[in-house]
Amino acid sequence: MIELKNVSFSYYLPEKVDVIKNINLIVNKGEFLVIIGRNGSGKSTLGRLISFILEPTEGEIIIDDKKPKIDIDYIDIRKKIGMVFQNPDNQIVSQIVEEDIAFGLENLNYSEEEIENKIDEVINEVNLAEYRKFPPNFLSGGQRQKLAIAGILVMEPQYLVLDEPTSLLDPKGRKDVIELIKRLNKEGITIILITHRMEEAVLGDRVLVLNEGEIFLEGKPEEVFKEVEKIRSVGLSPPVFTYLSYLIKKENINIDIKLWKLEEIKKEILQLKLKI
Amino acid sequence: MIGKDSLVIGQYFPGNGLLYSLDPRNKILSFLFLMIIIFFYKSLFSFIPIFLLVLSFIIISKIPIKSILKGLKPILILLIITLFFHFFFTPGETIFKIFFLKLTKEGLNKGIFIGSRLIILIMISSLLTFTTSPLELTKGLEFLSLPLEKLKFPSTEIIMMITIALRFIPVLVEEADRIIVAQVSRGASFDEGNLIKRAKSLIPILVPLFVSSFRRAEELAIAMEVRCFQPGKKRTYMKRLTWKKIDTIFIIFIIIFGSLFLFVK
Amino acid sequence: MEIRRNQERNIAVEVKDLKYTYSKGLPYEKEALVSVNLLVFEGEAIGVLGHTGSGKSTLIQHLNGILMPDSGEVKIFGEKINNDKKFLKNLRKIVGIVFQFPEDELFAETVYEDVSFGPKNLGLTKEEIDERVLTSLIEVGLNESYLTRSPFSLSGGEKRRVAIASILSMRPKILVLDEPTSGLDPLGREEILKLIKRLKNDKKVTIILVSHSMEDVLSLVDRVYILNKGKVVFGGDTVSIFKDKDSIEKFDLSIPEIFMLGEELKKEGFNIEEPFRDVEIAKKEIIRNLK
Repeated sequence: MIELKNVSFSYYLPEKVDVIKNINLIVNKGEFLVIIGRNGSGKSTLGRLISFILEPTEGEIIIDDKKPKIDIDYIDIRKKIGMVFQNPDNQIVSQIVEEDIAFGLENLNYSEEEIENKIDEVINEVNLAEYRKFPPNFLSGGQRQKLAIAGILVMEPQYLVLDEPTSLLDPKGRKDVIELIKRLNKEGITIILITHRMEEAVLGDRVLVLNEGEIFLEGKPEEVFKEVEKIRSVGLSPPVFTYLSYLIKKENINIDIKLWKLEEIKKEILQLKLKI
Repeated sequence: MIGKDSLVIGQYFPGNGLLYSLDPRNKILSFLFLMIIIFFYKSLFSFIPIFLLVLSFIIISKIPIKSILKGLKPILILLIITLFFHFFFTPGETIFKIFFLKLTKEGLNKGIFIGSRLIILIMISSLLTFTTSPLELTKGLEFLSLPLEKLKFPSTEIIMMITIALRFIPVLVEEADRIIVAQVSRGASFDEGNLIKRAKSLIPILVPLFVSSFRRAEELAIAMEVRCFQPGKKRTYMKRLTWKKIDTIFIIFIIIFGSLFLFVK
Repeated sequence: MEIRRNQERNIAVEVKDLKYTYSKGLPYEKEALVSVNLLVFEGEAIGVLGHTGSGKSTLIQHLNGILMPDSGEVKIFGEKINNDKKFLKNLRKIVGIVFQFPEDELFAETVYEDVSFGPKNLGLTKEEIDERVLTSLIEVGLNESYLTRSPFSLSGGEKRRVAIASILSMRPKILVLDEPTSGLDPLGREEILKLIKRLKNDKKVTIILVSHSMEDVLSLVDRVYILNKGKVVFGGDTVSIFKDKDSIEKFDLSIPEIFMLGEELKKEGFNIEEPFRDVEIAKKEIIRNLK
């Protein structure tokens, strides 16, 4: 479990800019937590605080009952929590796929044999086995992002923070990466996904809506997305059918506002017609 | 524009043959040896066997002669200037006179000697870069420089820098291309006006390139830290280079061949 | 894929049998465009759908003379694109391109300087430039106070808008946009889409939207082409293309769910006059049927 207690983060421009304001948050082991927010809401910074890339200016972060200090326990933290960023090109270091995956293990002084074994495991997990000896620029965007994820997976993290990992990908690439993330969560890795795509947000066990550095809404996707007006007030918009149901309700038609799926809302609308 | 059809760094030509299968460390050491030893040659005639050796390597590696000549182009000016100075400014027996310039027999000999050496040096280094990919070269240098670590030479960091630079050159070229295309689409041109104007016209290219490079560098540094990279700390390497018997044979052959002609007058 | 040439409407862009290969003659040569044919009438909005690798960027760069065809031709308002310097300068007045992540092009010390870069290159007077700069800033939803600010101090969304303004200030008759909503959050995306709609409807700009976002394309354009591996594999008006589920799925694209809802309701007897191109239209049609 990762716990954030009264965590704040500011920097000085020289004027003080408060990016994260007094956040209290618990990330449960094994859960799929989604953090959404408009550009500038602080979600990236929150991600970096959770993954210990940044240290809070106030408050404390507790991982699995320990209060690590960035400079002393850095390697231990890094082995526990991995982080994947938006642009796969800025995470890939090497000119050959398998060598890039090996990078983290080389840094941790694993033996050549151990490295080979771990690469074997991970490269199949991310479906890149046939590209093992290729240079990364032969891969599509989605595949490169999977390569970046592989480079973290190989260090066997228990928690994985992903900061808008599909933002720069085309639809196919997005699908591949999201499938991988879902699979990893099923295998027990705690996922913290930062995104502004609503179709990804609904995949979480819990959704956190961030606005101006504070937690604006929190709860299960069904609970959070029902609050259509609140969500729109902070620069986001709920999934399309939820928004549709809200617009219909505003016209005084009695329809529930919830996370409708296509078939469900179609049946509901047909039912409403019959009642007239 | 420039990007897609652009630079092949080091002009590496993938291929087969003896020179392609040698360990890059071997190639670096052997060719370096050759380049140094020919500086000790005293006679023009010593160059002939070396020239023939290098030429035969080029032929068996199937490197197009056109590319070798292309590689000589940059130093053509240097070659001409060198020859000129040696031909006309070496004291001795005048063979030919034009205006106040005297071509001497000694100058002719010296010029040809030094010119030939220069050409052979270029041919050897081209041979190295044509048959060894940038990646292999870096790996070769990496392993060769490991002993230097003991002398507190920061070779891991330097090698890391070179590896990353190589990895990002195509990315930066593509990015520069993107930016040029965008600015040209806004009506920018880079070949109008005087020198100052032309320099200023590069600002819309350079500023965005710098900005994005800094951002990229920062993101990459964080990504590397997240994967536990610690400059200066010992790390293992995925073994990629294998020194084979043919490598030992090759390097011994080069050493003997090169040394043979030291003593020719 | 025959499109009837409407005699009353001007043809803004005509691409005939366009072929282009990168790195010609080298071992890694790549045929980016195999044979592209398309037609854009003045004042309409068309979409070019395609994945990365379909040849989208190559096609875009042929529309304002950055690249010249290996064979085939590109005509803008009836004139064939050629290499003549003067012609190209004029061409870039007419065809404006907003590339993906246009904020990466910002370079100047002030917003004014960046937005005026285009008009300055066109050789306009200071008064004209000032007027255009202000007008385009307002068009994108910003205001005068931004003029003296540094582009690098702005937020992501503001940067994007400044970048778009810097193309709009050239007052192009044809505007090509490459993934204009890429990387934006939901409300940011909605604003850009509204802007494009305004440009089309109010300012009568011919719009070419190149994207892999089906939602953007559906909500904005009248006709759609699908680009796949350098060829136009599908072309027709937006609604009829989306009704062809099999073809869409063959090209790894997906039909927006809101559109599918409309089609399903229609099948069940609903009186749907307008296909569900976006949520607002969907609401309107459903309410009409329920009241």
